Amino acid sequence: MAELQVSVVSADQEIWTGTASMVVARTTEGDIGILPGHEPLLAILSAGEVRITESAGAAAIKANAEDGFLSVEHDTVTIVARNAELVRG
Amino acid sequence: MGAQLRVYRQKIKSAQTTKKITRAMELISASRIQKAQARVAASGPYSRAITRAVSAVATFSNVDHVLTTEPETVERAAIVIFSSDRGLAGAFNSNVLREAEELSTLLRSQGKDVVYYLVGRKAVGYFAFRRRDSVQNWVGGTDNPVFETAKEIGDTLVAKFLEPAAEGGVDEIHIVYNRFVSMLTQTPEVVRLLPLEVVEGIEEPGDNEVLPLYEFEPEAGDVLDALLPVYIESRIFNAMLQSAAAKHAATQKAMKSASDNADKLITDYTRLANNARQSEITQQISEIVGGADALSVK
Repeated sequence: MAELQVSVVSADQEIWTGTASMVVARTTEGDIGILPGHEPLLAILSAGEVRITESAGAAAIKANAEDGFLSVEHDTVTIVARNAELVRG
Repeated sequence: MGAQLRVYRQKIKSAQTTKKITRAMELISASRIQKAQARVAASGPYSRAITRAVSAVATFSNVDHVLTTEPETVERAAIVIFSSDRGLAGAFNSNVLREAEELSTLLRSQGKDVVYYLVGRKAVGYFAFRRRDSVQNWVGGTDNPVFETAKEIGDTLVAKFLEPAAEGGVDEIHIVYNRFVSMLTQTPEVVRLLPLEVVEGIEEPGDNEVLPLYEFEPEAGDVLDALLPVYIESRIFNAMLQSAAAKHAATQKAMKSASDNADKLITDYTRLANNARQSEITQQISEIVGGADALSVK
């Protein structure tokens, strides 16, 4: 199965990058789930968590991305926010 | 000890002390360049992602956004000058200030009113000395810029830009900063920040791929609304980081040549001091010999 290349980027550094099987984010319109093969998308995130399901295992990574945006193209997901941080859980 | 000799010894001492200080400053800034450069590199992914997103929205939607639309008449232009808080950096600050002066002369010749926003104590001092007005200053923290300052500057500028010129708003915003080219070269750079020229391609992906047709959520206009201020912040933050790295590089270069000059001074004065000592001895000998001769002639 194809995988998503995910990177979480904040203003001063790249916070996390890796492959994932699914990304769930909360946009201003509502929650959105992204699986491999998603159409190109640019969405504004509302304050909230982004859940990244790593493909290697069942481990889920949570990232706090406030007032950022999310872009999807060719199975590459970029989550960009001024103050993003990882919440390991 | 002869007066001449004492003067030379004093000068050697003072050059040695100065050299110690400049050498220390050289080493400090050398270690800070690395860190500042790493920060410039680390902020790269963010500004690349934002630039890419902004060009995607601007390319694939026909949204007329206020931040990208050229105003019909430009009454007032703002210049943001990024200087440093401390001097001892060679021509670092005077370069950026001179560039700003040239820009403001150009803008004035086009019939625009120019207002200034200053970052860094040196620019503020330059303006205060000449009793010139600036709208707002940000001082402190130019050595190690934080994103909050960039956000504050960005918010201020965008708010001013959105105000109509009649109420004190500005129609154009330019930034002037030193770009870090290499350890040896820092060039002052002038960039027009607003209105945006998104299709500038400076940070486009290099592989020439076509941007895909994006789906926007919510509307393209809303996405642009949210993205553009962020884009401006990231440009300002980038300018601040570049300027900080350039400042450290400039300091290192200036302090290196100061240490070298101190070395040269020490050598020169040591020669002179040796000469003075030698001639003093020669004089003493000839005085003694002369005195002895005078005594022995009877």
